[in-house]
Amino acid sequence: MAGQQRVYRQRIRATSSLKKIFRAMELIAASRIGKARLRVEQATPYARAITRSISAVAAHSSVDHPLTTPRTDTGRAAVLVISADRGMAGAYSANVIREAERLRGRLQADGKEIVQFAAGRRAVSYYSFRRREIAGQWTGASDAPDRETAREMAKALFERFQASKEDGGVDEIYIVGTRFVSMVTQQAMVLRLLPLEIVEGVEETEEGELEPLYDFEPSPELVLDALLPRYIESRIFSSLLHCAASELASRQRAMNTATSNAEDIIRNYTRLANQARQAEITQEISEIVSGADALAAS
Amino acid sequence: MAGPLTVDVVAPDRVLWSGTAERLVAPTVEGEIGLLTGHEPVLSVLRAGTVRVRGGADGDAEFAISSGFVSFDRDVVTVVVEPAVPAEETAPAAS
Repeated sequence: MAGQQRVYRQRIRATSSLKKIFRAMELIAASRIGKARLRVEQATPYARAITRSISAVAAHSSVDHPLTTPRTDTGRAAVLVISADRGMAGAYSANVIREAERLRGRLQADGKEIVQFAAGRRAVSYYSFRRREIAGQWTGASDAPDRETAREMAKALFERFQASKEDGGVDEIYIVGTRFVSMVTQQAMVLRLLPLEIVEGVEETEEGELEPLYDFEPSPELVLDALLPRYIESRIFSSLLHCAASELASRQRAMNTATSNAEDIIRNYTRLANQARQAEITQEISEIVSGADALAAS
Repeated sequence: MAGPLTVDVVAPDRVLWSGTAERLVAPTVEGEIGLLTGHEPVLSVLRAGTVRVRGGADGDAEFAISSGFVSFDRDVVTVVVEPAVPAEETAPAAS
């Protein structure tokens, strides 16, 4: 009987130390998310400026640049999946990976071979567990990405795109990441990086605006040459920043839920423990009373 | 055509300068370009040098850059730069 009580007390202790951990994780995520959001905001003007310039060049000059023309010779597509380094973020990584698998299925249905790139330990372990070849991986800074990492990714992907069929060149490059819409909404999404899709009126450009007729110096080709690597880098960087903010928001939410679940469990176990204690006391009393009765009767 | 220019100088991780100014001088690969109001739309690649903003509402400003480009459109100038001295990351990787 006393054993029952001890078990409950033990569970309460264990759960309350877990609760402390959850609470701490929630607070850490909450303190970092402000910075992460700020970085997203600060990087946006740059990304927008580059995107507008790129669309200006692409739309107003008949430049035949290798990066704007689709290629179909290799039958391969590179997919970069951006996930978290750690768990404890609810379905964040799972959503990204699910989206990536969907894309994979779609590309394979089109007869394409996938060249997998992964950022974040969750994605890396997902693919290595399934014994899929990973062409490139980056881990360690999913909640605070730096520009160096973005530059490396851009370089690796860019080289693939420029490589010939024999050297493992690819036709297309996709990024699977998460869009930070707001604190409560983060959306897993697929972005085609190359070949360029110049879509007017996407969030980057303002709608209803006529593209001006630009003068390109020194020449449209050279401008595009200088712009494109930077565009790719900035796209990757801004994806990374979005993912970092999303990861922290998911973690904060998941940890908040975990904390309140822990509270529920503690409450339930406390009730059970009280009940067990009460039952024990009742039993002891009835044992004493019946013992006394037996003695008095004899 | 006498209105001031709207200038934005942006680096990859933040906005360096934003506001109105009278004149902007930038080092393009073909030589310095000075932009005043009413310039024709131009998109130009920059080389290492100094971007100068003159006659801004809150004074002049200069930025040392290593590369970048400038786009001018209807008196709106956007200078996208790669700062010469790598600006330290706004958020250090391990904090």
